[in-house]
Amino acid sequence: MIGAIRRQLWTFHGGVHPVQHKHVSTQSPIRRPRLPQRIVLPLHQHIGEPAEVVVKVGDHVLKGQMIAHATGYVSAPVHASTSGKVVDIGEAPIPHPSGLSASCIVIEPDGEDRWIEHSPVENYREIAPSALRNIIREAGIVGLGGAGFPSYIKLNPGHHKMVKTLVLNGVECEPFITCDDMLMRERADMIRGGIEIIRHALQAEECLIAIEDNKTAAFESMRKAVAGMDKVEVVQVPTLYPQGSEKQLVRVLTGKEVPRDGLCLNVGVVCVNVGTAAAVHRAIHLGEPLISRIVTITGGAVGQPCNLEVLIGTPMNELLSQCDGDISRIERMIMGGPMMGFALHRSDLPVIKTTNCVLAATVTDLPPARPVMPCIRCGACADACPVNLLPQQLYWHSKTKDLDKVQEYDLFDCIECGACSYVCPSNIPLVQYFRYAKGDIWTREREKEKSELARKRHESRQKRLEREKAEREAKRQQKKSALDATGMAEKGQEEAAAALQRAETRRDAALREAEKRRGEGWQEGTKDDASRTRESERDSN
Amino acid sequence: MPLTTSTSPHAKGHASVTAVMLQVLLALIPGVAAYVWFFGWGVVINITIAATAAVAAESAMLIIRKRPVRQYLGDCSALVTAVLLGMALPPLSPWWLTVIGVIFAIVVAKQLYGGLGFNPFNPAMVGYVVLLVSFPVEMTSWLPISTFSSYDMSFLETAAFIFGGQLPPGITYDALTEATPLDTLKNNLGQGNTVAEIRAQLGLDDVTSLLLSVIPIFGTIGGKGWEWVNAGFLLGGLWLIYRKIIGWQIPVAMLGAMALISGAFALYDPGHHASPLFHLFSGSVMLGAFFIATDPVTAAASPTGRLVYGAGIGIFVYVIRVWGGYPDSIAFSVLLMNMVVPIIDNHFKPRVFGHGRK
Repeated sequence: MIGAIRRQLWTFHGGVHPVQHKHVSTQSPIRRPRLPQRIVLPLHQHIGEPAEVVVKVGDHVLKGQMIAHATGYVSAPVHASTSGKVVDIGEAPIPHPSGLSASCIVIEPDGEDRWIEHSPVENYREIAPSALRNIIREAGIVGLGGAGFPSYIKLNPGHHKMVKTLVLNGVECEPFITCDDMLMRERADMIRGGIEIIRHALQAEECLIAIEDNKTAAFESMRKAVAGMDKVEVVQVPTLYPQGSEKQLVRVLTGKEVPRDGLCLNVGVVCVNVGTAAAVHRAIHLGEPLISRIVTITGGAVGQPCNLEVLIGTPMNELLSQCDGDISRIERMIMGGPMMGFALHRSDLPVIKTTNCVLAATVTDLPPARPVMPCIRCGACADACPVNLLPQQLYWHSKTKDLDKVQEYDLFDCIECGACSYVCPSNIPLVQYFRYAKGDIWTREREKEKSELARKRHESRQKRLEREKAEREAKRQQKKSALDATGMAEKGQEEAAAALQRAETRRDAALREAEKRRGEGWQEGTKDDASRTRESERDSN
Repeated sequence: MPLTTSTSPHAKGHASVTAVMLQVLLALIPGVAAYVWFFGWGVVINITIAATAAVAAESAMLIIRKRPVRQYLGDCSALVTAVLLGMALPPLSPWWLTVIGVIFAIVVAKQLYGGLGFNPFNPAMVGYVVLLVSFPVEMTSWLPISTFSSYDMSFLETAAFIFGGQLPPGITYDALTEATPLDTLKNNLGQGNTVAEIRAQLGLDDVTSLLLSVIPIFGTIGGKGWEWVNAGFLLGGLWLIYRKIIGWQIPVAMLGAMALISGAFALYDPGHHASPLFHLFSGSVMLGAFFIATDPVTAAASPTGRLVYGAGIGIFVYVIRVWGGYPDSIAFSVLLMNMVVPIIDNHFKPRVFGHGRK
């Protein structure tokens, strides 16, 4: 029987127990909000390259129609989340920590909400995993836990790697957020459908569905849904933040530590959020691309906190008003949870694929920061760190801008979960210091790369010039001696003209070559990509 | 209207420096109560003088350094320093002794280094050592435990002596004061007596001791009277560990190291070495282990580093007690280990998640 024997669990270092605030938004079932007046769909809702628009202003689009296609390997397409007219393609404010605008497609719904023709897969078992992955890619599915890493990449372990365990992440360790909880309670069958498909795609031996013990209803519901499945187990894990972080969860479930800079795949595990699994089910069994998701609308400024099944692109303020929200009472509005979410600069931003929660927090929910006191080296941060870093040392060296020392203390292993800042009795914004130091290091590395490149280019140019000069000199000497020997002046003149001609051609070629090399040399952003990949590790948080 | 933004994490726990310090003060109560019980009102008066001087000195320094006085005074760290130092002084210390110690601790050892969090040495212990080397006589004139004192001083009489040097009529200072058990043991061992002989003379039960007017130094397990004071601090210390105000590493390592080394010597040569329990429950070992060595600012940071740091203190305490010039040596040991904290911090880092096991 499933779960009859208590499974052995491991622990990770540290962790904290922030106040949950979860029950407030689980009192009513998931419902659908009204169709909004405008749908704003950013082209970049995922990790990787932004999608490329394939429609024009004035086009009429159907619900589920692809309106921007994926570019490159790490990318995801965007689909119209309702039927209507494309009224604008251009810059619009998006939910992003920077508060900047980015390219979006704006759709004016026609109110009919008319679907494209669905083309579900009849029997996914008869399709090759690569074809399944392609359908998942075309459906625009990205990790719905928060980071938005394109899911089809995760489902492609490569030929040489075996996936032993598929982990379904239903941990949802952040306070306030309950979208996965409600999904597991109400739509466990969809998750089951997703599990079957993903397991088939990965050829994974077993599947573990991890749920924290503060979600008993979801646990029971999932247990019922997967009853009878071979080697699928719903595992109750003790509530502890940040257990939803992939590497920490894999440690708890399997006892294995994902190596630094490594992926879960390195230890034979693939981690997928439960919401993502449900989206996979919809894409394969119903032929529906990712056009909606469940969003927790909560916080003290919301009269009726609840979970809504929201069309991607719906403005958040419309959702708030439908949940009896009072925007004037909002102290801070956060997308995601209070530990790792980011504060929004305005309330009318669209819901995107990674919006798991809109937290309209009042002063009571999130009081303003207390005055910062000096570090007393109490070590509470080190005790709380899930990666076993020494945050106080990192803080010290970040503050003094000792960028070598912070790396010696493994700054880049920090997952920015905020546990250290949460427990600090001196109210030191530790994570801010760490982000700042990371930024500084990236800048420095980029500068270094640039100057290194410039130096190399300069050196090789010097060498080439010297070499050419020497060659010219040698030839000249050779010619001179030859001329002197034969005394045939006329012939010498002819040869000199020909040599001049040759030298000119050679110089032109060299110039073209140099031009080309300069073009290649200035490619940047490699570091940024690395960091983005790292962020994907938090995907199912 | 743009909303207020901030960077994650947005949620914050309830911990504060003030709460930490207040809980440390609270945890001192059982030990202080036992202390007052055995050594009289002088303890309370010392603590009061120390606290007043500390608040005054801290305020003055904060004003000079142009720091927000309320915010920094409110962290209560000066109070903790004052109480620890006040308790470390002999119960009949003249008021100026306490004031000098506290001022040195707060002004020089703490504020001149940059205030809370920046002092490399434990301020209370710096203050204590300065007094010990400057005023050796005053600093070693202890009282016998109250049961055996020749005169029971009232609160007013104690205050009169501390503030004005006035003794009750017919009482001499020498008659009042007495060496501590550790001091007595050290002197007796120095005179060639064995532990068994000393125990035969000075380990009698209360009635016989009173009849023979001998002041016993051996209690049930540790120093007479001192064992209860130590037990009080142990109790408070365990509560601090339970409350996660301090980690277990430093006290356990310090007491463990002391027990091991004293046990080894007691086994090897029981005639000249007191038992581990006597060592652990005499002097200010428990106060040192749970309240002084654990001062986070001056202690090692990582868990392993704290084990090393604590063990170092334990070994120094024993070495100085047995072979050094002082009967007790918490202050010297703590300061010595404070000096090596940067080295310890540099060498004992925890293994980071996902990094290969060594």
